[in-house]
Amino acid sequence: MLLRLSADQMNFLQTILILAAAFLAVFGEATLPVLHHWLGAQVDLLPVLMVYAALNADIATVSLLAVLGGLWFDALSANPLGISILPLFAVGFVIYLRRDLILRELSFAQLVLGTMASAIVPVLSILLLLTAGKQPLLGWGSIWQWLVMTAGGAAATPFVFALFNWCNRSLGYQPRIEPSFRPDREIRRGRI
Amino acid sequence: MFRKKNYLALGAVTLLALLILSLPPRVTAHLKLTIASLFLPLFGLANTTQQLPADLADSVLPRRELFQQIDRLRRENDQYKVLAVQNAAIARENDQLHSLLGWQQQAPWKLKLANVVMRDPANWWRTVQIDLGSRDGLRENMSVLTAEGLVGRVSSVGLTRSQVVLIGDPNCHVSALVENPAHDTGIVSASGPLDTSLVDLTYLSGSASLKPGQNVITSGLGGVFPKGIPIGQVVDSRPVEFGLYTEARVKLSANLGALEQVWVLFP
Repeated sequence: MLLRLSADQMNFLQTILILAAAFLAVFGEATLPVLHHWLGAQVDLLPVLMVYAALNADIATVSLLAVLGGLWFDALSANPLGISILPLFAVGFVIYLRRDLILRELSFAQLVLGTMASAIVPVLSILLLLTAGKQPLLGWGSIWQWLVMTAGGAAATPFVFALFNWCNRSLGYQPRIEPSFRPDREIRRGRI
Repeated sequence: MFRKKNYLALGAVTLLALLILSLPPRVTAHLKLTIASLFLPLFGLANTTQQLPADLADSVLPRRELFQQIDRLRRENDQYKVLAVQNAAIARENDQLHSLLGWQQQAPWKLKLANVVMRDPANWWRTVQIDLGSRDGLRENMSVLTAEGLVGRVSSVGLTRSQVVLIGDPNCHVSALVENPAHDTGIVSASGPLDTSLVDLTYLSGSASLKPGQNVITSGLGGVFPKGIPIGQVVDSRPVEFGLYTEARVKLSANLGALEQVWVLFP
C-alpha cells in the first residue's frame, strides 16, 4: 500500500505532461494554420490526448484535462466558454469506465479509440452549440472538415502514445522491483 | 469506493461546465480574455521564432542589394507623397463642395496597424485575434480592413488583444451596396465553411440586375461599417424564393486565408 501510494504520488508528472501537451496543442492549433490552408480544416489533438489520459491516467487527470483543455480551447475560439468541456469529458469518461476491457497496449485499439474520439468530440460540440442557440458555420463542407479532423486525430494517435510512453519511461517514477533473492534464505554450503 | 469516485468526478465536471456556461456574457468575456492571456508568453516566443529567419536573411543580404532596396523604397515614397498631395487637394475640393451643398462632411479615416496573432482553432467559426486592445483605444464593432478591402469587425476587446470576427462568419453581417446603376443593396452573410474567399450577398431586390465583376462596397447602413470600404466583386447571381429576392456570390477582395497584418479603423 505504501509503495502504491508513493508511486501514484511520484507519477503526477504524467498529469503535468498531459496538461502541458494539451496547452501546447491548443496553442499550436491557433497559431499554425498550415493544415487549415492545405486541407480546409484544423485537426484537434485534445480528443487524442483524452484517449491517452483515459487509458493510462486516473479519473482526476481525465477531469482536469477535460476542464482545462476545454477552457483553453474555448478561450482562444469564438465558442461560448465551457462548451468544449462536456464533449471531451464524455468521451474520456466512457473510455475510462471501460478501460479494463480494452486491450490498451495494442496499437490498433489505440488507433480505433483515437479515431472515434476525434469523430465524436466535434459532433457533440456542434450539437451543444446548436442547443445553446448559437449559429456555427455549417454546410456541406463541414462533412469534409469532420473527415479531416477524424483522419488527422487517427493519424496523430500512435505518435501521441509513443511520445507519452517515451516520456514516462524517461522521466516518470518507476517503482523498484524487489528481487526474490533474500540473504537470510541463502543456503550456505559448508565444506564437505 | 472506485465507482463512487468516478461518479463524483462526473458530477463535479458536469456541474462546473454548466456553471461556467450559465455565467453572464460580460463575466464570460472577461474570463475568456484572462484565460487567453495565459498564452501570452508563448505568443512572444512564437513571434521571436518567426522573426528569426527574417532577421538572419536581413543580416546576410549584400550591402549593394540593401542600397537598391532603399532606392526603390525612396522612389515609391516620393510617388506616394505626390499622390498624398493630390488626394489632399481632392479632399479639400470635396469638402468645399460638401459645404456648398450643405452635406455633412465625412471625417477622415484614422487607421491603426495590427498584427494577426492567431486564428480560431475551431473549424466552425471564422475569427482571428489581433495584438491591439483597449490599451490602444480599441472598442467593439470597429471595422477591420486590409489595403485590399474589408476583413471584419472587432467582436471583443481585451487589454492587449482583441478578437476580430471575419466576413463570412455567421456573426458578421455587413450591409453592402453594389456599384451598378441601380445601386442595389443587400446583406453579406456566411456562405460555406471551406472557401474563405466567397461570401453570399442576400436580400437583394428581385429586380436587381447584377453582372459578374461589379464591385461591392459597404453601404454605411447599420452604423457599424462606414460607407465605401471595398468588399469584393460579384461572381454570379440567382433568384431565390421564386424571384422574391436575389442572392449573389461575392469574391472577397481581402485574402482572409493569409491575414498577417490588418488595419483597425477608428471612427
